[in-house]
Amino acid sequence: MPDAADNKPADEPAPVTYLEAIREALYEEMARDERVFVIGEDVGAYGGAFGVTKGLFETYGDRRVIDTPIAEALIVGAATGAAMLGLRPVAEMQFADFIACAFDQVVNQAATMRYRFNGRVSVPWVVRCPSGGNVHGSMYHSQNPEGWFFHTPGLKIVAPATPYDAKGLLKAAIRDDDPVLYFENKYLYRRVKQVLPNDDFIVPLGQAAVRRQGGDLSIIAYGGGTYYALQAAEQLAEDGIEPEIVDLRSLNPLDTETIFESVRKTTRALIVHEDWQRAGIGAEIAALLAEECIGSLDGPILRVTGRNLPVPFSPPLEAFHLPTPERIVEAAKKLVG
Amino acid sequence: MPPNAAKPDTSASTLLEVHYLMLLSRAFEERLAILYRQGKVLGGIFSGIGQEATTVGSTFDLEAGDAVFPLHRDIGVCLARGIAPKVLMAQIFAKATGLSRGKVDYLHSGDPDLGVYGSTSMLGSSLPIAAGAALAFKLKRSNNVAVAYIGDGGTSRGDVHEALNFAGVQRLPVIFIVENNRFAYSTPLEKQMAVEDVADRAAGYGFPARVVSGNDLMAVRQVMGEAVRRARDWLGPTLIECKTYRWHGHSEHDEAGYRDSDEYLEWKSRDPIPRFQTYLRERGVLTDEIMEQHQTETAAEIEAAWQFADESPFPESHEALENLYGDES
Repeated sequence: MPDAADNKPADEPAPVTYLEAIREALYEEMARDERVFVIGEDVGAYGGAFGVTKGLFETYGDRRVIDTPIAEALIVGAATGAAMLGLRPVAEMQFADFIACAFDQVVNQAATMRYRFNGRVSVPWVVRCPSGGNVHGSMYHSQNPEGWFFHTPGLKIVAPATPYDAKGLLKAAIRDDDPVLYFENKYLYRRVKQVLPNDDFIVPLGQAAVRRQGGDLSIIAYGGGTYYALQAAEQLAEDGIEPEIVDLRSLNPLDTETIFESVRKTTRALIVHEDWQRAGIGAEIAALLAEECIGSLDGPILRVTGRNLPVPFSPPLEAFHLPTPERIVEAAKKLVG
Repeated sequence: MPPNAAKPDTSASTLLEVHYLMLLSRAFEERLAILYRQGKVLGGIFSGIGQEATTVGSTFDLEAGDAVFPLHRDIGVCLARGIAPKVLMAQIFAKATGLSRGKVDYLHSGDPDLGVYGSTSMLGSSLPIAAGAALAFKLKRSNNVAVAYIGDGGTSRGDVHEALNFAGVQRLPVIFIVENNRFAYSTPLEKQMAVEDVADRAAGYGFPARVVSGNDLMAVRQVMGEAVRRARDWLGPTLIECKTYRWHGHSEHDEAGYRDSDEYLEWKSRDPIPRFQTYLRERGVLTDEIMEQHQTETAAEIEAAWQFADESPFPESHEALENLYGDES
């Protein structure tokens, strides 16, 4: 992964937040390709519930930024129809949690369209889903629903953890000819900042990034999980344990090569994600590791994930639920022994 | 587009073309029913026999680039849009020469070059998609229209409300054709809705509705022409409720014993094809000679379509992995 510092111009640009990086991607892709348009609730004049789409309406007008009624099935379905007819919509679910209202449109309609037409029709949309907890959002504003869609054939899924990836993955997703679910983590919106290169960079789908090199164990994570894992890594390093952190960035397609390479090197695997434990993406990765790396493993494959609970509201309950740095440190120490 | 486009073309050649398509649709579906009884069909057949004026009448006058979203009972729409009977037959028989190369059943596929986007078993889910197609036409400033088909049954789903509402708010160039044949599988209208006319709902979405005899081919063409003109002039959607009836059950295995036999016979007597033929004869357009010619030719086309489907290969099993994604993901 290119170092952000390599592309800095002579006068030092300011770092941008994860949220601003998403906005930059939208701006640039809408300038680059007139087929790209934004559709969702409050995305236009209001600039989006979190301010992600601020300014787009003023710049591009109401034929490129469309405010809808509260109608998630319509938002996704209309994005599907517009995409089939040659446009490249970037739809927004105001919160990832609301995608459940559009579930059929995602899994039965958009995901199957290319297959049903044997490739003669495609659905090049992106649905942005602000996800993640630790924001006092409770069970309807804190979900990580990617598990359901990871399970479904026909969809692509990405989950950036850095501003660079937030921008690069969104550009790649917009240019991808298949339906891509883009899970942005709202806890990270203003918490992570990075200086970004000036050029038109993309982060290809299907490529993980090693955030931290280490030899003692592989922590495989994405989205909010990556952030918590990086925090855990600092504590572990103080105790003499050096984890390698594999930030997946792309869930489907999944970069199994990078995962396997890391686990074969460290011989220990710990998977971290906010999404629920049972049959989450961690369970699939564990099965793949068991299939492909069993000879390399010196211990069980552990997972630190959201518990199998609706995301609780009260802080002590939510802290119990989330894959906190403390839980990650404890599991890593148990694994390393 | 001819001047005064709201009035359908009534030249002899056009009328005979429409007649041919209605006969073709009827012959196709009658053949399917026979094949079903011979045990040759895989899966289900959903007969639209009796509804030919609605399907052919609403599709015939559309232009290249218009997008139609037919449902399972709309073989007439597919044929009127130009999908070849042999390709449709091969599709139904899961052959590699069908629309989807065997990926999906019946009319859940289509032909994008002809603007036919067949839908899904989740009735109603195609309407937001059709609204999206209309949105694309609006954003591209294209003069094309989207046409979404739905039965009385499908209109009860939430996706339909969301689509109609959005279409009304955005004044989208979409026409919603409600094929009201009074039954959703075995469920009669009075168990589906508290009103007689689905059309009553359109006012709530801010656009007009027309109720038309769905068995009167010329009436359907007329009303559709007006709705299409509205849409192309950026005046927004129209809901056209076609009152009609299916002769067969929901699917071929369904004997439809839930229907009153007097009602059935009454509707059968309103067969859209002889009704249209009467109109044609009155205008001196249809002669015995042409009638026989059309019957012979449609029968031959359907026979050839079946032979083609029967002789076509199934896809190779490895093809199951193809075309799920645009790349090799």
